[in-house]
Amino acid sequence: MQTAETLVHSQVEENLYRQFGEDLFVAQYCADKIPTVWVSRKRLIEVLEFLKPSFSMLYDLFAIDERTRVHRDGQPNSDFTVVYQLLSMERNQDLRIKVALAESDLSLPTIIAIWPNANWYEREAWDMFGVDFTGHPNLFRILLPPTWEGHALRKDHPARATEMAPFEMGPERVAKEQEALRFRPEDWGMKAESEDSEFMFLNLGPNHPSVHGVFRIALQLDGEVIMDSVPDIGYHHRGAEKMAERQTWHTFIPYSDRIDYLGGVMNNLAYIQSVETLAGIEVPERAKVIRIMLAELFRISSHLVFYGTFVQDVGQMSPVFYMFVDREKLFGIVEAITGGRMHPAWFRIGGVAQDLPNGWDRMIREFLDYLPARLDHYDKMAMQNKMLKERTVGIGVYTQQEALDWGVTGPGLRATGSDWDVRKKRPYGGYDQFDFEVPTAENGDCYDRAVLRIEEMRQSLKIIRQCVDNMPSGPYKSEHSATTPPPKERTMEDIETLIHHFLNVSWGPVIPEGEASVMIEATKGINSYHLISDRSTNSYRTRIRTPSFPHLQQIPLISKGLMIPDLIAIIASIDFVMADVDR
Amino acid sequence: MSELMMPVLLALAILLGGVGGAAVLTWWERRLLGFWQDRYGPNRLGPFGIGQVLADMIKLLTKDDWVPPFADKVVFIFAPTAIVVAMMMGFAVVPFAPDVMIIDVNIGLLFFLGMTSLAVYSVLLGGLASNNKYALLGGLRSAAQMVSYEVFMGLSLMGVVMMSGSFSLVDIVEAQSDVWFCFSQALGLLVFVIAGIAESHRLPFDLPEAEHELTAGFHTEYGGMKFAMFMLGEYLGLMLISCMIVTLFFGGWMGPAVIGPWLPPLAWFGLKVFLVINFFVLLRAAIPRPRYDQLMSLGWKVMLPITLVNLVITGAVLLWMEGAV
Repeated sequence: MQTAETLVHSQVEENLYRQFGEDLFVAQYCADKIPTVWVSRKRLIEVLEFLKPSFSMLYDLFAIDERTRVHRDGQPNSDFTVVYQLLSMERNQDLRIKVALAESDLSLPTIIAIWPNANWYEREAWDMFGVDFTGHPNLFRILLPPTWEGHALRKDHPARATEMAPFEMGPERVAKEQEALRFRPEDWGMKAESEDSEFMFLNLGPNHPSVHGVFRIALQLDGEVIMDSVPDIGYHHRGAEKMAERQTWHTFIPYSDRIDYLGGVMNNLAYIQSVETLAGIEVPERAKVIRIMLAELFRISSHLVFYGTFVQDVGQMSPVFYMFVDREKLFGIVEAITGGRMHPAWFRIGGVAQDLPNGWDRMIREFLDYLPARLDHYDKMAMQNKMLKERTVGIGVYTQQEALDWGVTGPGLRATGSDWDVRKKRPYGGYDQFDFEVPTAENGDCYDRAVLRIEEMRQSLKIIRQCVDNMPSGPYKSEHSATTPPPKERTMEDIETLIHHFLNVSWGPVIPEGEASVMIEATKGINSYHLISDRSTNSYRTRIRTPSFPHLQQIPLISKGLMIPDLIAIIASIDFVMADVDR
Repeated sequence: MSELMMPVLLALAILLGGVGGAAVLTWWERRLLGFWQDRYGPNRLGPFGIGQVLADMIKLLTKDDWVPPFADKVVFIFAPTAIVVAMMMGFAVVPFAPDVMIIDVNIGLLFFLGMTSLAVYSVLLGGLASNNKYALLGGLRSAAQMVSYEVFMGLSLMGVVMMSGSFSLVDIVEAQSDVWFCFSQALGLLVFVIAGIAESHRLPFDLPEAEHELTAGFHTEYGGMKFAMFMLGEYLGLMLISCMIVTLFFGGWMGPAVIGPWLPPLAWFGLKVFLVINFFVLLRAAIPRPRYDQLMSLGWKVMLPITLVNLVITGAVLLWMEGAV
């Protein structure tokens, strides 16, 4: 479809066509303008290997169940599609590769050898859709329990408990589930002993004070030294992607708040921008600035939690209390503006839910004057503490190349010297209007990741001050028919507006068919929602690409050879929340 | 009659005072931490929340006294009692005031060191008997930590012994009537305080517990009264170390020479111990926890040389002064 327009977007695609011949590819138009090409399964590895030098990061890998999708003109026949989204940081470019699969033959070669972070993504695609990746070393379930039957994101899999048989947890079931959770080192290619010593396998989590939620990691220990480890996730999985297929475009917004539950409205932003791109909605200036202001408030809030828990996890007891006091003040502001605190669900497609209340800027200005001094104080108290430095400097180091290989984004990437911040590189939602800097660090260790986030808080304060000083006037919501009901007065006069009002409110708006995903710089890294609309009142497929997922996958690499306390420091410095991993 | 009754009554008073003091200390520490951390701490029950102590005791006493089926039962039950007994015994030689002490032996200091060493067994056995991997790691850490810190703890006190010429704690206090040893033995004090924290395994040196790493370390499997015994032991240890710091370095029951006997001896002693305890709580609130191997290298590479240097200097100065006289 529309080949001429999308065929040659860039040198990379031109090279691709020159190398393999144009016939091999089918181009697809996507609303987000990311070049998307379909490749046959046979040539996939070749093509990806060719692309690897130009695209350093496998940004996302996921599957789509296409069997009930109606509007897919011009796309090759496919029951299940696997999507590889590649990102080139150097050229600031994306490329989407799609592979069509038939239901009868759901298998693909693994690409772990090309991008190592494909490992978990392929496991997820297997778990959710049953796509078999041949050559994958441990193609086990990753998000759902090992005893789960079926593949949950398939269209024929029930979405609600009421569609399934009653759930029972009798003694046999308990025994079965317990047995399934047993860690077997040999499954992961681990030896139980070396030549001169026996290893201890320690099950850390999912219920452990320092794993920040329900994260489990099995450690192979020689004394207290970590020889190898296997992270186990999925304990916080709530099927957000499945729920998105049931909710209307509007009613999914509150669910997004709970993905990165420390990021609040920041999640709304990632979701809503994709919807707006699909529907072609222009957001008024005031709404943009309000959104940025709240998103940055939440960035500070999330980083404060990070700061406190990070310091606490290396054993310093007090700072976390001070930071929670500051966060409480922040929530006071959020509450005054939105009425909610951690999960306001306040952004709307095309704008925000309400205009700012009278006198909204007073509290924010007070906070802007208050926080910098506190941050200076914490710097002296925590970051300059010699013992804290000894615990975190040079611990959990990875290079920029490793970060790219493992899909690390956000502060974790910038701590290795890269300045890749989506707010600067692809100024979404009006960030180009703001003056701020992107802090970077060089060493890529725990300490640098923390220092960088603290500097980010100062930059966020700078952005918020600009928002407060230059808040534009005008509407807080776009006049687009898909987002704003017609004015009440007019609904009383003619039947068409009344019907539109009625349908938009009771069923929700219909978003035109297509695909879009828009990246945002969330609190923990790059977050985006790949939305597929089938011209309906709800999403056909919602893929939530969260930053924390790949970050956890990298833990075994950077903790090898260190000790348990170092692992705790690493976990704290990554700054993840399990809901952001498991969705 | 009263000659005989006095130590018995005193022992009883110390027993009750120790247990009661430890209980009140839990409350006081929480209040103090709360004060420093911009929060309240327990403040609901009774005046200033002091009733919390009672509530905690009732809770701990009435909890199910459970022994995990996979644990070594005898050792598991014995372990928490060892620490309490050892710490209590340690109080026997503490001179609270000129005549208020259970016994003044000429090896008082050694007795104290011996008793604190015994307390290590409690942690070690508790960790091993639990048959839990976290407890095992905690037990191993404590074995390494305490065995190495024992060395400096003993050595750091030798300067004091040299200066007072006696192992008797009464003699040591009396030797400080002019100048407290905290001035002449500053290095010894420094090492002893650090070793003391390590010995009573409190934050920042609570590595055998290390909540953030080992959940609860050696007492992961403990609950109810047996857990309370460990806590009691920890707080008794804290009090004992504070008493010893005051006795050995801050003139025991004596008021500062410039003020003179402005308060009764027992009150001076109590006041000083209280201040030292508060200092320990402040340390807990302020400092992060080093890693286990860092703690070890701090001990052997920094503390041991300091201690030895202190010994050499003290000895040299004493000899020189003798020669001069």
